[in-house]
Amino acid sequence: MPAPLVTLRGIDKVYSNGIVALRGLDLAIGEGEFVTLLGPSGCGKSTVLRLIAGLGERTSGSIEWSSVQHEIGFVFQDPTLMPWASVFNNIYLPLRVRGVARAAAAPRVEQAMDQVGLAGFGAAYPRELSGGMRMRVSIARALVAEPKILLMDEPFAALDEITRFRLNDDLLKLWASQHWTVVFVTHSVFESVYLSTRILVMSSRPGRVSSEVALETERDSSFRTSAAYADQCRTVSARLAEAMQQ
Amino acid sequence: MKGFVIRVVPPTLILVVGLAAWETFVRASQIPVYILPGPAAIVQALVRDWATLYPSLLVTLAITAGALTAATVLGVAIAVLFAQSKWVELSLFPYAVILQVTPIVAIAPLIIIWVKDTAAALLICAWIVSFFPIVSNTTLGLNSTDHNLLNLLELYGASRRQVFWYLRLPSALPFFLGGLRISGGLALIGAVVAEFVAGSGGIQSGLAYRILEAGYQLQIPRMFAALFMITGTGILIFIVLTLVTHLALRRWHESAVKREG
Repeated sequence: MPAPLVTLRGIDKVYSNGIVALRGLDLAIGEGEFVTLLGPSGCGKSTVLRLIAGLGERTSGSIEWSSVQHEIGFVFQDPTLMPWASVFNNIYLPLRVRGVARAAAAPRVEQAMDQVGLAGFGAAYPRELSGGMRMRVSIARALVAEPKILLMDEPFAALDEITRFRLNDDLLKLWASQHWTVVFVTHSVFESVYLSTRILVMSSRPGRVSSEVALETERDSSFRTSAAYADQCRTVSARLAEAMQQ
Repeated sequence: MKGFVIRVVPPTLILVVGLAAWETFVRASQIPVYILPGPAAIVQALVRDWATLYPSLLVTLAITAGALTAATVLGVAIAVLFAQSKWVELSLFPYAVILQVTPIVAIAPLIIIWVKDTAAALLICAWIVSFFPIVSNTTLGLNSTDHNLLNLLELYGASRRQVFWYLRLPSALPFFLGGLRISGGLALIGAVVAEFVAGSGGIQSGLAYRILEAGYQLQIPRMFAALFMITGTGILIFIVLTLVTHLALRRWHESAVKREG
């Protein structure tokens, strides 16, 4: 694993209603990795992501960053766009918060739109777009802030398979070109194997990392149908099954 | 175009048929004009007494518009105050409710005694009737911001002020406009009720006073004419506010966007 960008040690998270979401969770995310948290619903994978983002308080444990400056991008399960704002203004939001003037931000917003295949859609409103396009806006918004780490909480779960596959490919291309670190949450074995350099399989009640699978694969268009992909999916499925029996 | 025809033609047809039936009934039964005047007599009265009715309409309109403006400004201000903290909202909201549920006819005489200037007293009455829908709707709207968007802004390190201007205010807009449409009608009702209670004549007499006056003089057609002017004003306010709502929301809100197949 490359030098860790963020390290979580002994994280406990107990919600006010007494539910123990996480117990003694340790994990480290290396710089430039594409790490997937894979697990059944309710295993606390979204909670991990939110804690890394600094949303919500941990009950105990520590989170350490290797650098002081760590811009975070977050993509939620639904696109979470402002319905009253155009695509351009939605993507402009993070820069607007930072006080970047609209004119100065315009080239960066345009560039982000280009990168996710939204060129020419700046004036459209979210409701005029398909689900896949809305998710692209959400990704562009994360992109425009030039994050060091991108946290994605089941971003493609609500999309159809064709759209999901295409967005998977686009995400991998962006990851390679932008030198991001990505932490991706999913409950799909196939998606996790397709995208990740490392998979952390989580078990629930209380949530913790039960096993880890490192994947070193050259990904190209044939990977999804290759025997190696099927093998790895089988391995990861077996680990997930173990995690769910614990 | 087709939508417009459906919206306009049937109600207009009902109106024409209704008026014709009314006129026929009044004539055939020979009902005296001081009991129930027909539409023709009312129109005659409207034209004949236009010189007194029209200035009264302006008076009522001025009170209504003033009250609605005050309700909008103060209503939004109060809602923003409520949205700042749950404590403020919980402490003050009951009093807004009390003001809303107390019948205006019961408190209007007090206000008219306390406030020397009649126009100001009428304005206060109309404001009390009309401000609540704006307060309650806007408060609800300000508290209905998408939680994930709030999280996102927190992540980007947005200030309270930025969260308010970029997120909370725009997401409250449809709620506010819904409240405004109700308040528009209520402001007119409040103005008319207050005028009835005040019952004072003089130069500053609104339409309600004209109705009272016509009643005393048994000028029933003029009474109806004034009544129709009030109703017409109410309809006009509703149409204008509906148009404003549509223009503000047409690009993004489900209520204003046409559904497709």
